[in-house]
Amino acid sequence: MDRALRLDLLGEVIIMALFKWISGKRRHRAMAPGMLVVALFLIGGIYSIAATPDNATASNARSALIEEGKNIFMRGCSSCHGLNAEGSGIAPSLIGVGAASVDFQVATGRMPMADMSQQAMRKKPVYSPEEIAALAAYVASLAPGPAIPTAEQLNYERDGNVAEGGELFRTNCAMCHNAAAQGGALTAGKYAPTLMGVEPVHIYEAMITGPQAMPVFGDQAITPEEKLSIIKWIKSVESEGSYGGASLGKVGPVTEGLLGWVLGLGSLIGIAVWLATKAR
Amino acid sequence: MKTRREKIAGGVANFVDERTGAAKWVKKNLQKVFPDHWSFMLGEIALYSFIILLLSGTFLTFWFVPSQEELIYNGSYTPLNGVKMSAAYESTLHISFDVRGGLLMRQVHHWAALLFLAAMVAHLLRVFFTGAFRKPREINWILGVALLTLGIVEGFLGYSLPDDLLSGTGIRIAQAIIQALPVIGTYLAFFAFGGEFPGELFIPRIYTVHVLLIPGIILALITVHLMLVWYQKHTQYPGPGRTEKNVVGYPLLPVYMAKAGGFFFIVFGVTVLLGAFAQINPIWIFGPYTPTQISAGSQPDWYMGWLDGLVRMSPPLETHAFGYTISWNILLPGLILPGIIFTGMALYPFIEAWATGDKREHHLLDRPRNAPTRTAIGAMSLTFMVVALINGGNDLIATHFSLSINQIMWGTRISIILLPPLAYIITKRVCLSLQRYDRELVLHGRETGRLVMLPHGEYIEVHEPISPEKAYLLTQHEQRTPLEAPGADANGVAPRGGIKSKVRSRLSKALLGEQIAKPTAEDVKAIESGHH
Repeated sequence: MDRALRLDLLGEVIIMALFKWISGKRRHRAMAPGMLVVALFLIGGIYSIAATPDNATASNARSALIEEGKNIFMRGCSSCHGLNAEGSGIAPSLIGVGAASVDFQVATGRMPMADMSQQAMRKKPVYSPEEIAALAAYVASLAPGPAIPTAEQLNYERDGNVAEGGELFRTNCAMCHNAAAQGGALTAGKYAPTLMGVEPVHIYEAMITGPQAMPVFGDQAITPEEKLSIIKWIKSVESEGSYGGASLGKVGPVTEGLLGWVLGLGSLIGIAVWLATKAR
Repeated sequence: MKTRREKIAGGVANFVDERTGAAKWVKKNLQKVFPDHWSFMLGEIALYSFIILLLSGTFLTFWFVPSQEELIYNGSYTPLNGVKMSAAYESTLHISFDVRGGLLMRQVHHWAALLFLAAMVAHLLRVFFTGAFRKPREINWILGVALLTLGIVEGFLGYSLPDDLLSGTGIRIAQAIIQALPVIGTYLAFFAFGGEFPGELFIPRIYTVHVLLIPGIILALITVHLMLVWYQKHTQYPGPGRTEKNVVGYPLLPVYMAKAGGFFFIVFGVTVLLGAFAQINPIWIFGPYTPTQISAGSQPDWYMGWLDGLVRMSPPLETHAFGYTISWNILLPGLILPGIIFTGMALYPFIEAWATGDKREHHLLDRPRNAPTRTAIGAMSLTFMVVALINGGNDLIATHFSLSINQIMWGTRISIILLPPLAYIITKRVCLSLQRYDRELVLHGRETGRLVMLPHGEYIEVHEPISPEKAYLLTQHEQRTPLEAPGADANGVAPRGGIKSKVRSRLSKALLGEQIAKPTAEDVKAIESGHH
């Protein structure tokens, strides 16, 4: 017999004994006022629980949010992810993916997917921030998972280090996302997207949830402070001026070669043609 | 009465002439005539880019530190502060951010390198398609192939020197290609790097090769190249008054000197404009090289792109023999194919001369259409290189055009086998069509687009005869007949060297066999006396 069942039985025995005792003493003269005191305590207690303003509304609001999220989920997501977010042949289960995953996928516009192509791409989000919060709350309520980092946790300006972030980025991220965070090709039409113009919170969420082809970078692999350093470095690349002229897409020698041939040699050949034209 | 200035100039000239005897030589050579055509200036672009490379490169050596000694950066580019890097990379950052005009000079140097190689390739194509490599210019053709090869190596070493993440990746691939050589590869790699990759010797070594050895050889070869042009005189396009024995054009002084001198400054100007307005090789974004890091979309400069493309499309083939692994996947695209391409290119003038049996000197250029097979071979080779080059950028093409990198790889694998022969056939057909068109022009004149109704109701389009100059241009080329393989003699005995002469007659037939007969004087007369 397991422990919980034994405790239950014990509780039952005690309550039965209590009722029996009260029943035996019901004609005792102290019984009526005694019961009154108990009743008052009960009523007061129930009232005090029911009337605690904070707890109750928060919990009510929370269940309302979850309920709203569930509604949105039913309308917009369940056809692929299943009525209980259990997943299907074409979409993964969302039980335990956490609020961070929902926020990343929906707030960057990746979900709902435009089509069943190789990879969900970043686009204008379909849902409003409130709706996304509701969806995130609903999915988070199914099972525990990574939460959305708070503004305090995301203070990369204060907690990050650019140079360290650059080193971490080159070691962990550049092989897919390119050394200048411009994105790169993966196999069979999949790709690591550019990180230019991505919200810090979404970069953080991507690292902790590992969306699509990306691996999860847990806090043991890259600590929260290191994650902030990486974000700080990406933001510094984003805001850095293009030293030395037009950046040509920051993709290296391919566009440089193209420009060298087309504009460089092209214009020189044009001038050569002009120089060799007979003066008339 | 001479002016004061003339007196001084005359005095100086006299001083020099009395001591060197230069006057006679200078007078003769300054009057040397050069033909005028834009395509003759492609080689000049290469020459001027090389001069720009020497000047800007010298500037860069004042600050560049060719050392792999490790230090911690603490400089103007704050995102790298506190990062471990080599002295070479640190000094490149210093040139880029702290030396006045340093970034401009770095960018001018790199753009000039891209232009140097591009101009050499364009020059090579001009020489090939016009048949300028024929006797007596075969040696100059080989010098050109050598210059192109040295230019590619020199460019690659320059790309490797800053020791940034991109260039280190390139060196790693170069090391892999060295290692792919059977048996000696490993030893050779250890010899080049002084031990395991990356070691601490490679940057100082390639620095010496990059700033001293190869530029010295290139300079020497350019000098010989130009001396041969001078001695053999420049080729010219065919036309009235132009023969195998003369050169029609402008004298060096003043016309050509002014044009060429002016063109140098234009090339310099375009290079500086590119250096000022277009960022090239932003090494600070890539970060310093460490063997544990790699960037997606790592590419070589364009002149190595075809080689990278060949390696990227190579199937994973390996043989294991006698305890050695032969990596065909690297060996084939990295060494064997480039070897065949460059050897074939160097030998082409001799192959063509042998197959056509043409031992005469040629100073008049061919119009590409009049040598259909040669033009087709050129188009075929060019197609091969372009397909390889495209695959060198397959990852960027995939991300920027939403394609699958695997499909691009398979597309280029198939294209590199299918498209070159297709280009050969199409080019040959186009050349023959153009020959037909030329014949038509000579015989029937130019279509004017004017329709005339004759009194009996027939409509005709009025054709205008072309000018005699144009007619000469279209008919001046010679059409030779292919060499026949000598058959068996009267006793039925096959001649000696049968296979060799068979191959030769096959090649000869391919090169000379298919031509549209150019109109003869009789043809023209017959037409002129006739109805049209």
